[in-house]
Amino acid sequence: MIYPIPSGTRDVLPQETGEVRAITDTLRAAFDGHRYGEIYTPALEYESVLARADMAEAQPAYRVFDESGAVLALRSDMTVPIARVVATRYASSEPPLRFCYFAHCYRGVRPQRGQLRELLQAGIELIGAPAPQGTAEALTVLCHSLDAVGLKDYRVGMGDASLFPALMVSLQVREPVRHGLLQALVRRDFVELGQRLHDAGLEGEAAELLLEVPQRRGGSEVLADVSASAAEAVMGLRDVHQLLEPAVAERVIFDLGLVRNIGYYTGAVFEVYDPALGARIGGGGRYDELLGRFGRQLPAVGFALDVDQLHQALAGEERGTGLLLARPAGEQVA
Amino acid sequence: MSSPSGLTIAVPRGALFKDTVDLLAGLGMDTEELRENDRKLLFEEIGVITMRPSDVPTYVEAGAADVGITGKDVLLEQGGRASDHGEGGREVYELLDLGYGRCTMVLASKRGPDPAVEALRRLGVMRVATKYPRIAARHLEETGRQAEIVEVKGSVELAPLTGMVEAIVDLTATGTTLQENNLVVREELMVCTARLIANPVAHKLKAARIDELLERLRGLPAASVG
Repeated sequence: MIYPIPSGTRDVLPQETGEVRAITDTLRAAFDGHRYGEIYTPALEYESVLARADMAEAQPAYRVFDESGAVLALRSDMTVPIARVVATRYASSEPPLRFCYFAHCYRGVRPQRGQLRELLQAGIELIGAPAPQGTAEALTVLCHSLDAVGLKDYRVGMGDASLFPALMVSLQVREPVRHGLLQALVRRDFVELGQRLHDAGLEGEAAELLLEVPQRRGGSEVLADVSASAAEAVMGLRDVHQLLEPAVAERVIFDLGLVRNIGYYTGAVFEVYDPALGARIGGGGRYDELLGRFGRQLPAVGFALDVDQLHQALAGEERGTGLLLARPAGEQVA
Repeated sequence: MSSPSGLTIAVPRGALFKDTVDLLAGLGMDTEELRENDRKLLFEEIGVITMRPSDVPTYVEAGAADVGITGKDVLLEQGGRASDHGEGGREVYELLDLGYGRCTMVLASKRGPDPAVEALRRLGVMRVATKYPRIAARHLEETGRQAEIVEVKGSVELAPLTGMVEAIVDLTATGTTLQENNLVVREELMVCTARLIANPVAHKLKAARIDELLERLRGLPAASVG
């Protein structure tokens, strides 16, 4: 008789646990070195509390009732619970506050693509530190942590959640059209984006920019001529980049089309990639308005790494057989 | 695996194969072996892997190929709705409409008085056979009709002829097969063409090569870029 476990969950046996533990121990030491204090929060929260954040597509997926009939939800990330902790337990503490965590989160993803419904996240939240310094610190901790675990070829894609919306406003895209354009970009469907621009009667330089700018990624040259249309976002990205130490700065790829599928991000957003893995290893960004929803208006930034994906990327690099590693010998990744 | 373009390309066997190989030849790739050997799956020297069209998003999403070519019908069937992207949709970038492989997704039923309309009126539900259950369900839901979707793998045209269903949702290029089986198109759902898709990580880490490929594809006369 085989007793099954729920789809998207798994048992972790001693060999793997040992390897994962080595990774999390190293990350914990790295976070600790930057003075981030580790915290735990309940896996179950009141649904009404989690609903205060705009999670968009990372909504809590699992709910239960307690004995009094209250609806509880399994947390889908740690950012929202930590925002709650700060607003309640640190209501009058002097910012900035620094927290780190190692916690399982639960999402209603479709399993089978390496995505688990119960995923182990390791991350930090830096609260009360505005852009650009706070963002630069988060990126620095991110890169130092990945260096510490020995990941070699990773890159950090950085964009700004407000860039495309700002571009639409400055190019005078009519309000009713904006949502559809942003949705096409969130789906990463540039064919649809082009069609929608055409259907909306947008032509010439404006349409070209709206289609071309979000496809730009690379060094600081990609910021060149968008500064007029999305000045604030582009300035913000430049400012962060200038504050980074060289070893961190050279990991960054500007990605002007980067949009995260979580709604609470407000400014700089980032994602971690490694050629040994076809999917992102983690991500984060600024969420300057989330704390306010819990009653304490503070700017904040954080990131979360998917520990299992990180483990796979490390194993892939070690074997040198990562899927995307396939490239002519001696050539650098573009 | 390396290739002239520095990218691994997932190429669909089947209806899109010939046009896709012509496209690659237009880029200056040596496609002779690709054309001649239809049992081989992996063509390392030109960085091509071949598979059925519906597998292309799977290989590209996983990063086993950097980019791939498949039909919009496949992407729509495997993608979610706007509201459940990230949960249902495949995480691939859709970069270019290649223009060829033009087909129409239609709802069709037997010639004469539409049996689907009668079924809806009398029984409150129509039965629809299809190889595209998600596209069919979405369309019928959006048009406010109750339907029982019957998924079939082979010739969909058989299903209404045997009386198993009242209508089908299927892809048609010329409509000949429908006509020969005494079926008529009742509704056109969408036009589908071949699309270039990319792995999200490759899109960042091999940005220069992917952009160069896009540039060259846009420059080819065959691609009608939408």
